[in-house]
Amino acid sequence: MNLISIKNMQKDYPMGLNKFTALKNITTNFSTGEFTGIVGPSGSGKTTLLNIIGSLDEQTKGEVEVLGYQIKRLNNKQASRLRSKHIGFIFQTYNLLPVYTVFENVEFPLLLLKELTSTKRKKMVEDALEWLGLTEKRDSRPSQLSGGQAQRVAIARAIVKKPQLVLADEPTANLDAENSHHILRSMLKLNKELKTTFIFATHDEKVIRYLRRKITLFDGEIAHDEKKEGKIK
Amino acid sequence: MFEFLWKGVLRDRSRSLFPILIIAGGVFLTVLFSCWMNGVIAQMIFDNARFETGHVKIVSRAYRKNIDQRPYDLTFLENDKLLQIIRKQYPEMIWQQRIYFGGLVDVPDSIGATKMQGEFSAIALDLLQDEIENKLLNLNQALIAGKLPETEQEILMSSELAKNLGLSIGEEITLISSTMFSAMTIQNFKMSGVIKFGTQALDKTAILLDITAARDFLNMENTASEILGFLPKYRYHEEKLQKISAEFNRKFSQKEDEFSPIMIPLQEQANMRFILEQSKTNISLILFIFIFVMSLVLWNAGLRNGIRRYGEIGVRLALGETKAHIYLSMIWEAIIIGFFASLIGTALGLAISYYLQIHGVNISGLMKNVSMVMGSTMRAQVTAKSYMIGFVPGLFASVLGAVFSGIGIYRRQTAQLFKELEE
Repeated sequence: MNLISIKNMQKDYPMGLNKFTALKNITTNFSTGEFTGIVGPSGSGKTTLLNIIGSLDEQTKGEVEVLGYQIKRLNNKQASRLRSKHIGFIFQTYNLLPVYTVFENVEFPLLLLKELTSTKRKKMVEDALEWLGLTEKRDSRPSQLSGGQAQRVAIARAIVKKPQLVLADEPTANLDAENSHHILRSMLKLNKELKTTFIFATHDEKVIRYLRRKITLFDGEIAHDEKKEGKIK
Repeated sequence: MFEFLWKGVLRDRSRSLFPILIIAGGVFLTVLFSCWMNGVIAQMIFDNARFETGHVKIVSRAYRKNIDQRPYDLTFLENDKLLQIIRKQYPEMIWQQRIYFGGLVDVPDSIGATKMQGEFSAIALDLLQDEIENKLLNLNQALIAGKLPETEQEILMSSELAKNLGLSIGEEITLISSTMFSAMTIQNFKMSGVIKFGTQALDKTAILLDITAARDFLNMENTASEILGFLPKYRYHEEKLQKISAEFNRKFSQKEDEFSPIMIPLQEQANMRFILEQSKTNISLILFIFIFVMSLVLWNAGLRNGIRRYGEIGVRLALGETKAHIYLSMIWEAIIIGFFASLIGTALGLAISYYLQIHGVNISGLMKNVSMVMGSTMRAQVTAKSYMIGFVPGLFASVLGAVFSGIGIYRRQTAQLFKELEE
């Protein structure tokens, strides 16, 4: 089943009187449970594609359907609702809220889902922290964490609501090899256990080795779309 | 959610403590400055009223024409009747008769020959019948040596004049002046006390004596050159005085009779209207500039705070919070911070102003060569307006800062905010 369906998508940015085409002729689908990377050099359009899938931006032409929603037709409120319910984000620079504890950072996306009781929220946060091995750090502030721990908190925040889709933009760019592998293994575990679809924007070899599918962008177009068979190393 | 956001406000000093300090400081200064200026004007009005102008003054029309020269020979007669009428007509007001006159004071030596002479400006007022003038001029406090007069022959002399004449308490002096009918008049008095008002114009040459003695001395039987009227509790009220004066003049003043009485409100005496209006204009202008600059500072602080938080806003948007919710939460934060900061600033400003209203600041060192009737203790004055003058701009500047900085959230594309977040 297609989780995301993209047809003849193009994204232009105005540049004075002209325009800059960041993405063109993008046609692809993503299925439930994928562990996919959008790779390519800087400026190839990886983040733009991720932003459109995440309803943070919209395409200029073509169709993008995410979880049954046409991105272009969503207003601000609907796009926010889609993100808050179904999509988790992981950022290169973690972007944890510095004045809140680990527990509170992870709890924040659940506060946006108003239907949850505080007991249910607490349980979900504790589960997420346990998955990522962060239970002991629940009362720490982001400034008291290492880079690897901070990124694990960011992952916990992204998956706490059990979204169908997690979008990760260069998640290992600020981490050393050991932490990167640890993070990626955590994400693989979640992908396997929760059937969460992960889409990465990356050019980090360490991440690429873990991918089951690799979409290579070059000058805003899909240059290759490869699927790996077998067990990931 | 509210609890979550509130925790953020409390923990992030740049979102709570610093804006609160800036806003509270600005509001505090605005309130204090405004109260101080209120006090300066009120003190100036009160000093002029009690020593010279009253809140209203009744004189003859002829006297009024040359009022600067205090022409007591042009005063009306039988003013006891007039006093009865006005006390009945305006029972809530305080009425006092005075005679202002000048002359020479002569200090004799042991054989009665002139030892020293000097000019004096006398205020004849009721020192013996009741305590009103005593309280109004605060004579007990102004008395720095000797005692207040107990007989008609006793006078009070200002500190500098007594010093210049080398007089001691209890010494006899001779006052030389002219009667109401322009004849020369000479009479001996005894200096019972020395007074100091802290008002240079009075402390240099003033003599205070009982009005009964002055009537005898100046041959002004049953009259006074001026009748001063004061509103209850000596509270100046421009519109009320204007109304009372117009009503009195309509009833009792006749253009064709130059010895008929005329009532002049304080603001129409001694160039006071110009001084008051000028003072009010200057103060309003200074206050406006002050509040405007303070609002800019607070607005800028709010704006900077909003811009500084674009990163946080980007994360919140990405996690699914709506722009409207973020914008409203920022405005609520600003309202809460602005409210508490303005409350703190107003409370502090009012507290210091109340202290300055009661204790005042002694500025006698700055007043040595000032000839204007002005007290040497300046005080602040808290009015109903003082409660809001800093509070409102404090609250609005803070909220406006958030409103304008928050507009950026709407004007920027979500992806753009997101990009800024990554930078």
